[in-house]
Amino acid sequence: MNEQIQPSALSVTRPANKVRRRIFVQKHEAVIYGTVSIICFLALWELAWQLRLISPLFFSGPSAIVVQFWELLVHGNLLRDAAYSGKNFLIGFVLALVTGVPLGILLGWYKRLNLLFDPLINALYAMPRIALYPLIIIWFGIASGSKIFIVFLSAMLPILVNTVAGVRNIDPDLLKAARAFCAQDRQIFATVALPYSVPFILTGVRQGVAHGLIGVIIGELFAGSEGIGYMISYAGQMFQTDTLLVGVVVVMIAGMMLTALGERVRRHFQRWRPDHVGGR
Amino acid sequence: MTAAMAAPAASAHASAAAKLVIEHMSYRYFLEREESEFLAFSDVSLSVNDGEFVAIVGPSGCGKTTLLNVIAGLLPYDEGTMTIGGLPVQGPGINRSMVFQNASLLPWRTVFDNVRYGMEMQRRFEPALMTSRAEEMIRLVGLAGFEKRYPSELSGGMQQRANLARALATDPEVLLMDEPFAALDAQTREFMQAELLKIWSKSKKTVVFITHQIDEAVFLADRVVVMGTRPGRIKKEFPIAFERPRSLSLKRDPKFLATCDDVWRLIEQEAERINVLRAAE
Ligand SMILES: Nc1ncnc2c1ncn2[C@@H]1O[C@H](COP(=O)(O)OP(=O)(O)OP(=O)(O)O)[C@@H](O)[C@H]1O
Ligand SMILES: [Mg+2]
Repeated sequence: MNEQIQPSALSVTRPANKVRRRIFVQKHEAVIYGTVSIICFLALWELAWQLRLISPLFFSGPSAIVVQFWELLVHGNLLRDAAYSGKNFLIGFVLALVTGVPLGILLGWYKRLNLLFDPLINALYAMPRIALYPLIIIWFGIASGSKIFIVFLSAMLPILVNTVAGVRNIDPDLLKAARAFCAQDRQIFATVALPYSVPFILTGVRQGVAHGLIGVIIGELFAGSEGIGYMISYAGQMFQTDTLLVGVVVVMIAGMMLTALGERVRRHFQRWRPDHVGGR
Repeated sequence: MTAAMAAPAASAHASAAAKLVIEHMSYRYFLEREESEFLAFSDVSLSVNDGEFVAIVGPSGCGKTTLLNVIAGLLPYDEGTMTIGGLPVQGPGINRSMVFQNASLLPWRTVFDNVRYGMEMQRRFEPALMTSRAEEMIRLVGLAGFEKRYPSELSGGMQQRANLARALATDPEVLLMDEPFAALDAQTREFMQAELLKIWSKSKKTVVFITHQIDEAVFLADRVVVMGTRPGRIKKEFPIAFERPRSLSLKRDPKFLATCDDVWRLIEQEAERINVLRAAE
């Protein structure tokens, strides 16, 4: 992320470069501001850590986390745990996506179907899903199965609900045009409903990623002997705050990377949109 | 499945045969919330000849859009009959195309893909034919060079050209246009009118054109149909005999202005009648 910042480009003062510099700053505004805030935060945190204002028994510092991260990566089980959690998350999430989107389009399209399922979905959405975990473990065991199902359940609902909202919002003029050209429902799904819902679906995907990651970690906290969640829970019992925080940071970075990927996908699908014009 | 598409220029055989025939048609909207019916128009009979350009004018709310949507098959009618080329129609069909008031282009498709869209939906053109027809129509409406633009990157007039190209691309027998130029500024509008006449003279489609503007109707059409309101119905038809091809200078011809005046007076009467009706309520 920060490789796009070139200090040399920022300190050049020749007039010809002034314009270029302004364009550079404008283009990478989001990255520059974001990076500055994160660096400031990390610096303050590290300072507090170095001044021993933080007890290693309760928390840790950035440098200690980085060292521990390297240690776990080279000599520990970090890779294995990350792969285990990642695999469960991925399978569950893909299942959520391939069921949530088509189901959402159908429910958004067919009013009666939606009336039929709406109460059920609302109930599932409102239900504290955490409370179901012991039950899911009874159903699927403590191995991968239960974690995959938890991710699926957590990610599917936001994707479904947002897809329904997207289809509900379709510009009626576009539907009219499609119908006037004798489009069949199947064609309308593919050429109007799906593209129109993409921004909504991606909002759902974003929420789904967050819920799914929480799901996979909590699933491992509950039961099992592998994965980042297990690593976190074990480190907690051993008062290894740095290892625990390595786990948290790994999940956080995974979440941020997935969100950035989602943003890429969104841009790809929205390249037709006129550039956003607005204030600072 | 090859659709034997005649090039638009070749299909120009002006015959006096009736193409679109509507008889004693009425349309009622059902208002769910009030649980009542609303008669949008009643007992409309209209016959449009093959290759004829008919314009429909009338006060706001007299049912012009409703009538056009019924002809397009977007609203099902249950009173009256409608035939195209002698065959009864109900529902949308490949023999009609609609040019919508809002261009209703798919914002995520380029001009080229939007023009292809109608053909894709009809599933009767081979891919190569769709491509060549789309290119041809884009050239016809003067959008060559803008194929790769998205609708948001076009002016209003250009969007309407794309809208028109999409409708023409499916090679319909009847072209339905609902105030296609209403959203354009006066200059662009005049320019588009002249352009439309040029395109129409090349393709010789049967056209039903709705507008609010009387001079637009008189300038474009072979016949102007005036609708009245409450309930919507056809009041009178004015045959327009000005020689073709017509140029925009026709609009300053005294005979042209006199015709517009005639139409205008009829609509004014209608508006007054409504005011009296309203006052009585
Ligand atoms: N979906 C609908 N449900 C109920 N009534 C409707 C509906 N659409 C239109 N109407 C009514 O039907 C009448 C005719 O409407 P329509 O849109 O066809 O008029 P119009 O002649 O096209 O008017 P304008 O010139 O303003 O576009 C109007 O009085 C309108 O209130
Ligand atoms: Mg209208």
